[in-house]
Amino acid sequence: MSFQLIERQILTSGKRQDIPEQPPVISTRDVDVYYADKKALDKITLDIPANAVMSLIGPSGCGKTTFLRCLNRMNDLIDICRVEGDIRIDGQDIYAPEVNTVSLRAHVGMVFQRPNPFPKSIFENVAYGLRIHGLTSSKSELADRVEDSLKRAGLWEEVKDRLDEPGTGLSGGQQQRLCIARTIAVQPKIILMDEPCSALDPIATAKIEELIDEMRANFTIIIVTHSMQQAARVSQHTAFFHMGKLVEQGETRQIFTSPQDERTESYITGRIG
Amino acid sequence: MDSTHIVSSFDRDLNQIQSLLLEMGGLVETQIADATLALVRRDTELAAKVRKQEKRVNALEVEINELTVSMLALRHPMAEDLRRVVATLKVSASLERMGDYAKNMAKRTSVLAKVKPVGSSTNTVKIMSKMVQEMFRDVLDAFVARDIETAEEVRLRDAQVDQMHNTLFRELLTYMMEDARKITPCMHLLFIAKNLERAGDHTANIAEQVHYLVTGEIQEDARPKSDKTATMFIKPKKKKKS
Repeated sequence: MSFQLIERQILTSGKRQDIPEQPPVISTRDVDVYYADKKALDKITLDIPANAVMSLIGPSGCGKTTFLRCLNRMNDLIDICRVEGDIRIDGQDIYAPEVNTVSLRAHVGMVFQRPNPFPKSIFENVAYGLRIHGLTSSKSELADRVEDSLKRAGLWEEVKDRLDEPGTGLSGGQQQRLCIARTIAVQPKIILMDEPCSALDPIATAKIEELIDEMRANFTIIIVTHSMQQAARVSQHTAFFHMGKLVEQGETRQIFTSPQDERTESYITGRIG
Repeated sequence: MDSTHIVSSFDRDLNQIQSLLLEMGGLVETQIADATLALVRRDTELAAKVRKQEKRVNALEVEINELTVSMLALRHPMAEDLRRVVATLKVSASLERMGDYAKNMAKRTSVLAKVKPVGSSTNTVKIMSKMVQEMFRDVLDAFVARDIETAEEVRLRDAQVDQMHNTLFRELLTYMMEDARKITPCMHLLFIAKNLERAGDHTANIAEQVHYLVTGEIQEDARPKSDKTATMFIKPKKKKKS
């Protein structure tokens, strides 16, 4: 290890959270979303940095999940939903006509509130995406990728002897990690998580949080959560949404110790605004 | 922030730690004033009263510690609430120290009351104590009113207390050199002055907590250090040959 590298590590190790300084992987400009005539998001402009965790917080109905679903065009599946404005991932406009939503969603994976494994074996759950995207050329490569993904999701040791058993037979926390393994198998760059721990007990939650922290080295993660403590624990950046508007965003540490906007303060301290 | 919490017992807890802190502050304020008065009047009864009050101050600190720790564990305070809890915890520690200083002043007063007063030093101590008491009152008001301007002004006023301490240090050392019989009272006065100087430092610490409470920033710029007694050297005068 070079001297400069050691010195750099010493310099950065004192910081509470090291935030890599890189250009944003996702950039949104003036994003409006309508459900029929109802405006759900109003001029959302946000830069999301790479290899970090950003949490989206706010009261129910504030638009945080709607925003999350814009980032891999999940809202396309809702007929009455209309998205305006500019959303770019690595500079590419993801709403451009030439964009293939299937490959976009492989690039921008998603983990949902309730674990939703396919009614297939544990192995097939992870192998499925690899197959449909044609990402492996041989059986042994497929098996390797499944194993690697399950290891990275922290599930391998618990399931290695029963890969043929149905994924739905696992516990809730294991199912959620299986869904994460399924998501990371296709090597996305970005992972969207919509309240991934709300159906899990504290131990399963802690495992997912630990996993999120490990995963940020390789992925950019955006997580919607109703747990302030979870947002504070897992993310380096936090964005607060309120009534369809992005009220405040910044370093998580700053948002939770000294937010600038009164609405943020009221929400995170549990006050009537 | 004036609006109330959705969980009203959270507000009750926050109000409770504030009133405990203010009760503690009031007690310490009286302790310092009484300890000084006891010294000036050579009043050992009043000094004994100051010493007794220490127990109540300590009990209040324990109560505040328990309540703030349970709030951190159970309520997970955020933003201004978090800063209030943390600042209260730190201010109560400063108040407890200041209570100890007042008690120590009172102890020494019991000895000083038995010996002849040393020059005008007691009066200088009295002036120094008045400065500390005024700073202390102002900083407690600033804490309640969230007034960072007053807090900053108090923080800077600590330099005057330090200068006063420097003067007393020099003065008392000179007395001791002149007359060995004065060493005992001078040493006690010196420790009393040191107690007041430390009380001034804690007042400045509280001022920094007011700044943190309001802005969320930890004051990094060092306050002016004016206590020079640690490096002070006074050369004894040569005795005249008789």
